[in-house]
Amino acid sequence: MTQPVLDVSNLSMRFGGLAAIDNLSFTARGDHITAIIGPNGAGKTTVFNCLTGFYRPTGGSVRVTHDNGKQFQLERMAGFEIARKARVLRTFQNIRLFAGMTALENLLVAQHTELMRASWYSVAGLLGLKPYEKATRTAMERARYWLDRVGLTAQANNPAGSLSYGLQRKLEIARAMCANPVFLCLDEPAAGLNPREDQELVEILLELKREHNIAIILIEHDMGVVMHISDHIVVLDHGACIADGTPAEIRANEKVIKAYLGQDDSEEDG
Amino acid sequence: MARGLSLAALRDAAAAGIVAGLLALPLLGFRLLDSAQGLSLGYRLSWVFYAVIGVFLGRLVLNLIGAKWAARPRSTHHNAAMARFTPSASQSEYIAGWAMIAIAFVLPFLPFVDRNVVDRMTLVLIYVMLGTGLNIVVGLAGLLDLGYVAFYAVGAYSYALLALNFDLSFWICLPLAGIFAAAFGVLLGFPVLRLRGDYLAIVTLGFGEIVRVILINWQSLTGGPNGLVGIPRPSFFGLEFRAGAGGFADVFGLAFSPAQRIYFLYYLILALALITIAFVQRVRSLPIGRAWEALREDEIACRSLGLNPTTIKLSAFALGAAFAGFAGSFFATRQGFISPESFSFIESAIILAIVVLGGMGSQIGIVLAAVLLVGLPEWFRDLQQYRMLAFGGAMVLIMLWRPQGLLSRRTPTAKLAEAGSS
Amino acid sequence: MEFLSRACAGGAGIDYFLQQLVNGVTLGAIYGLIAIGYTMVYGIIGMINFAHGDIYMIGAFISLVGFLLMSALGITSVPIAIAGVLLFAMIFTAVYGWTVERVAYRPLRGAPRLAPLISAIGVSIVLQNYVQLAQGARVKPLQPMVQGGFTFSPGGEFHVTISILQIMIVLLTLSLMAGFTYLIQKTPLGRAQRATEQDRTMAALLGVDVDRTISATFVIGASLAAVAGLMVTLYYGVIDFYLGFVAGIKAFTAAVLGGIGSLPGAMLGGLLIGLIEAFWSGYCSIAYKDVAVFGVLVLVLIFRPTGLLGRPEVEKV
Ligand SMILES: Nc1ncnc2c1ncn2[C@@H]1O[C@H](COP(=O)(O)OP(=O)(O)OP(=O)(O)O)[C@@H](O)[C@H]1O
Ligand SMILES: [Mg+2]
Repeated sequence: MTQPVLDVSNLSMRFGGLAAIDNLSFTARGDHITAIIGPNGAGKTTVFNCLTGFYRPTGGSVRVTHDNGKQFQLERMAGFEIARKARVLRTFQNIRLFAGMTALENLLVAQHTELMRASWYSVAGLLGLKPYEKATRTAMERARYWLDRVGLTAQANNPAGSLSYGLQRKLEIARAMCANPVFLCLDEPAAGLNPREDQELVEILLELKREHNIAIILIEHDMGVVMHISDHIVVLDHGACIADGTPAEIRANEKVIKAYLGQDDSEEDG
Repeated sequence: MARGLSLAALRDAAAAGIVAGLLALPLLGFRLLDSAQGLSLGYRLSWVFYAVIGVFLGRLVLNLIGAKWAARPRSTHHNAAMARFTPSASQSEYIAGWAMIAIAFVLPFLPFVDRNVVDRMTLVLIYVMLGTGLNIVVGLAGLLDLGYVAFYAVGAYSYALLALNFDLSFWICLPLAGIFAAAFGVLLGFPVLRLRGDYLAIVTLGFGEIVRVILINWQSLTGGPNGLVGIPRPSFFGLEFRAGAGGFADVFGLAFSPAQRIYFLYYLILALALITIAFVQRVRSLPIGRAWEALREDEIACRSLGLNPTTIKLSAFALGAAFAGFAGSFFATRQGFISPESFSFIESAIILAIVVLGGMGSQIGIVLAAVLLVGLPEWFRDLQQYRMLAFGGAMVLIMLWRPQGLLSRRTPTAKLAEAGSS
Repeated sequence: MEFLSRACAGGAGIDYFLQQLVNGVTLGAIYGLIAIGYTMVYGIIGMINFAHGDIYMIGAFISLVGFLLMSALGITSVPIAIAGVLLFAMIFTAVYGWTVERVAYRPLRGAPRLAPLISAIGVSIVLQNYVQLAQGARVKPLQPMVQGGFTFSPGGEFHVTISILQIMIVLLTLSLMAGFTYLIQKTPLGRAQRATEQDRTMAALLGVDVDRTISATFVIGASLAAVAGLMVTLYYGVIDFYLGFVAGIKAFTAAVLGGIGSLPGAMLGGLLIGLIEAFWSGYCSIAYKDVAVFGVLVLVLIFRPTGLLGRPEVEKV
């Protein structure tokens, strides 16, 4: 048994003349929380989009290795297969819940693949056969667990769109967790949260890593959160990696301070 | 204050009157008269006058009694997005559903109900079935299909051709027609289902027209514009509805009456419609049904969770088509005669209107809308042209009145018992 | 299948080809003018204005009334009559376009996406039956008004005819297009339209009168449809109340083919639809010309999901 690994090598993504990602390489370990930081427009979300199959990279490769040794070349897979087989799940910078469906239903949709198989592509489901009933119960249990974990049990039957912003962010994480990820990519999960919610989020993430052995890749602007929880930080600027190391190394890095961290008191540069 | 209000109302009504005059002048004020010498112009300027006065007075009355009414649509729209979040369908809707089923069963025996009513309700039930099928595609999966009638046509023609050429019975043809229609749906759907919203709409509209054009022109198979005649009627477990020995009436020791077939057809479509409804209700809470709704809500999120949008869309499209196919074969056997005329765009429009008016996903809404849009106009058959005018006008008015549809509450497909019921 | 096995035959030769080209371009100009109305409305409020085809039909009827009115008034000069009718039809058809938006669409702004579509289908049914009731169901013929043309035969046996009417239609369309492009790009109205298209709420906050702008869009669309109605009345010489449906679908197809929301796209799409229809009718079968049109649409959309000139849609994730 080895740790799962996500290997990004020489990844490039061009939109016409714009190189949103430029020859980016980094590795995310399964026992780490890896943070991707960088100024607005640096290409962070684009990296996620390439990892999860929403964009086909114009160059380079992304490889995921599971702990059983199975390997997946993500750049060759369709988006839904990445979630299904390579088990790389994500959340979105602008929350994308199924707004008209209840919180519980959101979590059930995330377990679609298993439930579909258990319902024999609906036949067993229609007939109400045992295996399907059992799978449904398991799915409900898992949904219940994650609802409880993120503190949403009381609102389980409310439409997702009617939840508060902070709860929506948490529900999105719970939904991704229900899909049984090996790698969980979170795009600015703390954006728009109040300090208390920030704290809760940090706890949830640390617990995911500790108790569920989930490898987390995190995009975040909130340096408090990033420095506190991440084991490894990748700094992007203009699509290229300008630094890669532990939080302490990054904090001390001149280039990073110039391009990002010390942004407030220095002029923007190229 | 009140004076100011009534003055404004007067001004507004006058403006409406002037617009009505401008609208009426060219098309009501003049009449194109055909004669042997060609076209000439007739004058009926008095009609313009009536139009102006009518609109002026109507608008005035509306303004005065219903200042609130005019303001209403706008204020409700701000809540359009939130309307979906209102508490889910309640017990009362459940009871209403069973009550409607009970009424449907005893309908033919009610005192004021005659053959014509039963015949009319048969038609309504066909549209309930079609609406329920299209609801899978439009209401649940969120795919705008403007060519649904194509599958209805495929079902009807499949049934007719199978029954005429191979002498198969209704009960064999019915599933075959559904399968053909579904296969057709998959065939059409495969290339186009990745198109977004309105592009999909126009392509499906195009397919609907293509099917009609082919039905008209493929003389040797479809009989062209004249259609197919002599389609076998359904039998009651092999007993035909005819006079004389061996017919249904004879075997059951009844006096023969043509009404027997009408009643039989009514119960047949009632059963088919109920099966359709039960099926859709059940499927909705299966993984596939939830996936349809999730796809409607957010396709990108679906992909990120490992759902394959193509197969999910195809399944919705095929299932919707299959129900249209069933309805089509029932239509063919009921009429005994089909022609391309029965499958024009207006049919697709009516079915879509039933779904949207019903509230996009509400089963009871669909039934109410079908009664409203199909049942009621049948009463005004004699008024012919005015009927269609009123029909179109009613479509607009109902939409203005209830943009969310008659019943727009959504029932969740699963509930967590320990959560507070909302 | 029958329609496939029937080999595409028909007259050969360059003359025949040129004749179809001329006919196709004329037809394409008419479709293009209608398509602009669809594309503009779609661009600005994102709805399929299903009744637009019927507005075009109304335009054709008003033109016909206009012509008879001109002769009743004793105006015999053909150019003056056409100019007069053009104005008459554009103004009165515009009132129809304006009213439809005001009554049936404006109250539904912000309603669920399908509500305005159903309302539009309702309007379409109303307009058709209204004209049928007011003017009768029979086709209405008009004596040819503009006659003459140029005939030449580059290839020998067959003659290519370009009628004055065809030249007029194409020239009129081209000049309207030019004026229209200017309107969108250079005038305050055009700017307001583009702003509303991008972000209605923001435009309103910045002082654009959104209601007026949308009304203006419908008025412009309807008057262009009226021009198309006038031209079709002159070109075919017969109209009926059902005219709008098929033409409307094809014009909408043209708009989608060109890339909905794009004005040059609407013209290009119209032209293509006109050409496909003319050539398919000329070389293959008239009966299946609509099948050919929709077939091409499906093919184009499969390979270019946003039409020929449509901006590729960026799926912001
Ligand atoms: N589909 C696209 N087409 C064209 N350009 C794009 C596309 N997606 C992203 N870009 C561009 O790529 C660059 C990187 O964008 P990206 O969204 O990855 O930034 P980011 O680092 O996530 O920024 P933020 O912190 O603001 O979220 C930007 O200049 C953006 O405009
Ligand atoms: Mg981003």
